[in-house]
Amino acid sequence: MGLALMVLIWLITLISTYFFVAKTWWLPVGAAASTGFIDGQFTLTFILMGIVFLAAQLGLGYIVWKYKETPSSPPASYSHGNNTLEITWTVLTTILFVGLNLMGSNVWASQRFPREADPSDVKVEVTGMQFAWYFRYPGPDGIYGKTSPNLMDPSAGGEAAVGLSHTDPAAKDDVVTGTMYLPVDREVDVSLRAVDVIHSFFVPQLRFKQDAVPGLNIHLHFRPTAVGEYEIACAELCGLGHYKMHGMVHVVSQEDFDKWLAAREAEKQ
Amino acid sequence: MVAMENPHAHAPQGFIRKYIFSLDHKVIGIQYFFLALTAVFVGMFLSLLMRIHLAWPSASVPLFGEIKPETYLALLTMHGTIMVFFVLTTAPQGGFGNYFLPIQIGAPDMAFPVLNMLSFWTTFVGFVVILAAFFVTGGAPLHGWTGYAPLSALPSAGPGEQLGADLWITSIAIFCVASLMGALNFITTTLDLRAKGMTMMRMPLTVWSWFITAILGLLAFGVLLSAGILLLMDRNLGTSFYVPLVVVNGQVMGHKGGSPLLWQHLFWFFGHPEVYIAILPGMGVASQVLSTFSRKPIFGYRAMVYAMLSIGFFGFMVWGHHMFMSGMSPYSAFAFSILTMCIGVPSAIKTFNWLGTMWKGRIRFQTPMLYAIGFVSLFVSGGLSGPFLAQPVLDIQLHDTYFVVGHFHLIMGVAAIFGMFAATYYWFPKMFGRMMNETWGKVHFFLTLAGTYAIFMPMHYLGLAGGTRRYSQYTEVAYLAKLQPLHVFMTYAAIITIAAQLIFVINLFWSMFKGPKASDNPWEATTLEWTTSTPPPHDNFGGVTPVVNHGPYEYGVPGAAKDYVMQTDPVSVATH
Repeated sequence: MGLALMVLIWLITLISTYFFVAKTWWLPVGAAASTGFIDGQFTLTFILMGIVFLAAQLGLGYIVWKYKETPSSPPASYSHGNNTLEITWTVLTTILFVGLNLMGSNVWASQRFPREADPSDVKVEVTGMQFAWYFRYPGPDGIYGKTSPNLMDPSAGGEAAVGLSHTDPAAKDDVVTGTMYLPVDREVDVSLRAVDVIHSFFVPQLRFKQDAVPGLNIHLHFRPTAVGEYEIACAELCGLGHYKMHGMVHVVSQEDFDKWLAAREAEKQ
Repeated sequence: MVAMENPHAHAPQGFIRKYIFSLDHKVIGIQYFFLALTAVFVGMFLSLLMRIHLAWPSASVPLFGEIKPETYLALLTMHGTIMVFFVLTTAPQGGFGNYFLPIQIGAPDMAFPVLNMLSFWTTFVGFVVILAAFFVTGGAPLHGWTGYAPLSALPSAGPGEQLGADLWITSIAIFCVASLMGALNFITTTLDLRAKGMTMMRMPLTVWSWFITAILGLLAFGVLLSAGILLLMDRNLGTSFYVPLVVVNGQVMGHKGGSPLLWQHLFWFFGHPEVYIAILPGMGVASQVLSTFSRKPIFGYRAMVYAMLSIGFFGFMVWGHHMFMSGMSPYSAFAFSILTMCIGVPSAIKTFNWLGTMWKGRIRFQTPMLYAIGFVSLFVSGGLSGPFLAQPVLDIQLHDTYFVVGHFHLIMGVAAIFGMFAATYYWFPKMFGRMMNETWGKVHFFLTLAGTYAIFMPMHYLGLAGGTRRYSQYTEVAYLAKLQPLHVFMTYAAIITIAAQLIFVINLFWSMFKGPKASDNPWEATTLEWTTSTPPPHDNFGGVTPVVNHGPYEYGVPGAAKDYVMQTDPVSVATH
């Protein structure tokens, strides 16, 4: 029985580890400036926790096989523990866990702490509603026009869906789209909003996720570094259509982005 | 002093007072056990339907037809709520705690037997209310077991958010009241009714775990109860605790100024301690069983007690780690993250000590022991994904993916259930007077251990690849569609594992009537429940008050006549 249990525990451990190490399913290829840091911290955590996982599981399997009761096995040792050992592993685990955490905190600070708005940022407002994403660009004036809850009409889509004001001069040049376009290698300043329930703007390849919360306007920034098309998947349960609340981010060259935005402005006039 | 009649001296006569509205903690414990057993089969059946839908979204299920997205979300909500409240909180604490805490400390009953009965029947009402949510117009709610507002606060936000959602939150509120009564009883009993010689540091680790769990329950359920009442008010009385000005489907709702994050703070202030409410009794049982079947004292008894106390203490300071992506201040993430890592330390200490307990022991592989070993393995596997999720920067990728689902199922779901299986196989002889079948117990164990890993380990791979949770199907997003084979594999694993649970149920009921008669102490264990007859008399010790002379885990004592010294054995043998 001890042998059977050891074999099972070892098999489970080795098979589980194989699929992690082989990266059969792994983080999608990153396309944002933060990829290196985030994936680096992930790999570090993965290696350290992996070592502990292997040591603990293989050790557990070994112990149950080695100390199984047989007619010839020696009497169990009468020990209530060992304080030196307790202190040793307490200190080691504390250093491992807290140290690991501190190493990751710089990355968090760089990603999430509020930063000075830079005039060269690309400004986009992302609005989540059941079950679609809308993207608003402030236009040449760089100012988002007013929106009003009373004007919101999701069935009409576009500007009407986010309730864009007809009277505010700042709203005149605002562009609202159902697909996100971003120029490559520019810092993006996102404002996240939700009109009905909580949604979450998740773009795995851009290493970006943030809940969009009704009543809050959440400012964050990120920088896409590779031209391409990236899928958005809503990551907060928002109702019946949660599973199909997806969208696309098109990261294009600056030139293409300018052309695209100019075309949208032209359509609006 | 006026002589008081001992209320425990006479067993009640008549079926209703004896088995239905019983004041006997043992009967109440068994009532909780069967309530949880019913609930776990309901919850497991819901998960089976979910898994079938996830693997084959357009498949037609016999008797149910095709499962629609709203049905999937209702199944998901009810699965989570039933499992967390009516299984993970009910069986380990209400069931085994009720039955064995008084006996293990040498008491004739709980401190407040009437409160105990009331607590069970209140829980029962809560269970009926939540089941009712399936049968009302609109069906069960779709907002998940965490019930994030505004989704949970707005009846127009989706199907099931009408009466179903009211019943859901009402059921939880009723459950909170029941748990508060239970918690008070456990705490008072532990502090006041210990037998002579049963010092706190001689209590079995199971008693410590129930005691600490009760303290957590007392502090956590009150908060959830208040949060639930506020939610009911937002839903029905037009208040705006959780709802700001929102527009649902083009309609401006009448709310203003509320905070969706307030619900999350209150919910997780309960929700995180709840994780420990579910797992601490499992830790207690694992310690008890590992020591008994290794024939060795527990390694580091005091360290185990301090570890559980610090888990309980830190457990109230880490709720924000569920909210790193919620829009909460990014600065507070630092504090929550560091404190979360700190809670990993006592968890690691416990694991080391369990390994230390088996080290140089003489391990007997009866079924309770197999489950305790499985518990340790699952606790390690589920625990080690914690340091990933505790880092806010990694949560950017992992939050609300299947990585989280794999993590909490392994540690608070399956590990806790392995604790319950260990407890069932271990205490069944005392509770029902007969032994369970060992061979089928072992078959059940091997299938269940391999099966649960096959279900939950792939969830980590799925999450790494960006697999979002709470999606009724992976058909609408291209990168998710590629991950479908993992879903199919997990569904096959789930079907086999769920089928294997029938072995357990058959073994349980067959053994209850046909199993071989159990002796008073079939495992050669040391704690007080094994000193009394099987099953114990109405007042637990047949009119005798036990006197405790030894610690709870005195196995392999040099110079002793047998390889174990029971807690009530005379002092002649030197133990420490």
